Amino acid sequence: MKYGLFLGCTVPVRALNYELAARKVGEKLGLEFQDIPEFGCCGFPVKSVDRMTFILMAAENLSVAEDANLDICSLCSACSSVLTEVDRQLKENQTLRNRVNEELSRVGRKYQGRIQVKHLARILHEDVGLPRIKEMVKRPLSEFNFAVHYGCHYLKPSEVYGEFEEPENPRTLDELLRLTGAKSIPYEDKNECCGGGVLGVDEATALKIAALKLDHVKASGADALVLICPFCNIMYEANQKKIEKLSETEFNLPVLYYPQVLGLALGIPPDELGFRMNRVKPREILSRLG
Amino acid sequence: MIDVSKLDPNFKYEITKEPGGEHITRCFACGTCSATCPVRGINEEYNPRRIIRMALLGMKEEVLSSDFIWLCASCYSCEEKCPQDVRIAHLMNAIKNIAVREGHIHPSFRAQLEALFAHGRLYEVTEFDNKKRAKWGLPEIRENVEGTRKLFRKTGMEKLVKGEGREE
Ligand code: SF4
Ligand code: SF4
Repeated sequence: MKYGLFLGCTVPVRALNYELAARKVGEKLGLEFQDIPEFGCCGFPVKSVDRMTFILMAAENLSVAEDANLDICSLCSACSSVLTEVDRQLKENQTLRNRVNEELSRVGRKYQGRIQVKHLARILHEDVGLPRIKEMVKRPLSEFNFAVHYGCHYLKPSEVYGEFEEPENPRTLDELLRLTGAKSIPYEDKNECCGGGVLGVDEATALKIAALKLDHVKASGADALVLICPFCNIMYEANQKKIEKLSETEFNLPVLYYPQVLGLALGIPPDELGFRMNRVKPREILSRLG
Repeated sequence: MIDVSKLDPNFKYEITKEPGGEHITRCFACGTCSATCPVRGINEEYNPRRIIRMALLGMKEEVLSSDFIWLCASCYSCEEKCPQDVRIAHLMNAIKNIAVREGHIHPSFRAQLEALFAHGRLYEVTEFDNKKRAKWGLPEIRENVEGTRKLFRKTGMEKLVKGEGREE
């Protein structure tokens, strides 16, 4: 199973622990990731500003993957969502496709609709499959209770993702977590947004949205919050100190990327999974692991 | 108070012609979107149902020059629940696209365009970043600036980056 690894803008400079863990876990499970230097920004930041520029940015990335003959594996939920959305539009709308290809031809590219875009978590769930991962688990994390956060763009808009998940009642991440032996602990408003989408426009509102979830997760008694998107991570981990000040509450809640958790269960040493780069130090979790 | 003389009855048709805005006239003001909206839950200034009402009434200037249209987090919560399939997140994007063409781009979005124009990416990749990556055995990241610049020149984004035709 080989994929073009789409890192996007955020992961390679802000979430090295995620990238590292994803690569290690991929290696262990027989996923081959190819780095493609021609990949650029997925286009997401431009979507609100100018739809055509946005579509062209996404389409160019899709055509780069096509040239390499590879499906895309994305680590960021926002990248997954917009690349999937544009891919779908171009597959369904011939007029738009012609217009896009006219522009792409100027830079010697063409969109043909030959590949698929998938988030890493979806690849683990669908392509590798739960039974195969389960077989590989060496160190079940049965002593831990984790809270999973799906985030919005891994699930929505559901019209672009098809039948893969139920946004109101998602299950893939819970299933992936349970595979590791850890308990997926329920908490209030589990499907709520992280607030990342308004961080740049209204920081106070964004932080308050994130604070709600930190509160709920903390109340559930979870050992950590587990997620799959660098944007969500910025809200819950990078901004956790700020939120603590703002809401005068101490959370001290470790935030882990799912591949870090899976990596532990697969027996990969914590040092190779980038835990040292986590800002809220998961010391207790690592020491309990022994 | 609504100043009737300033209303633009064609605004809603302008929106229905904009990709993403096609379904705005289906809205029957049930308020489900506002009830599910996480931004609305915190910030009273933002109210998707109200924005849609204002747009349907033809309050073009107020809507396009407002800060509140930029507050949509694109979380799609409302979109999944709207009984009329108004496709609110897409609609908000359509409205923002029109606002930009009319000279109203939110500063934080212009800042993102600037970063993309300067680095081809949202975040600069410095030598320090690449050193850190190398330390962890991760491959070097190169900035592909030229492609983005060419595209931005072609689609008029460069003008927004350079601040031409802006009005805040
Ligand atoms: S949920 Fe849909 S129909 Fe109801 S107010 Fe919002 S946009 Fe209108
Ligand atoms: S997509 Fe926008 S309007 Fe709809 S619930 Fe999310 S933030 Fe609110």
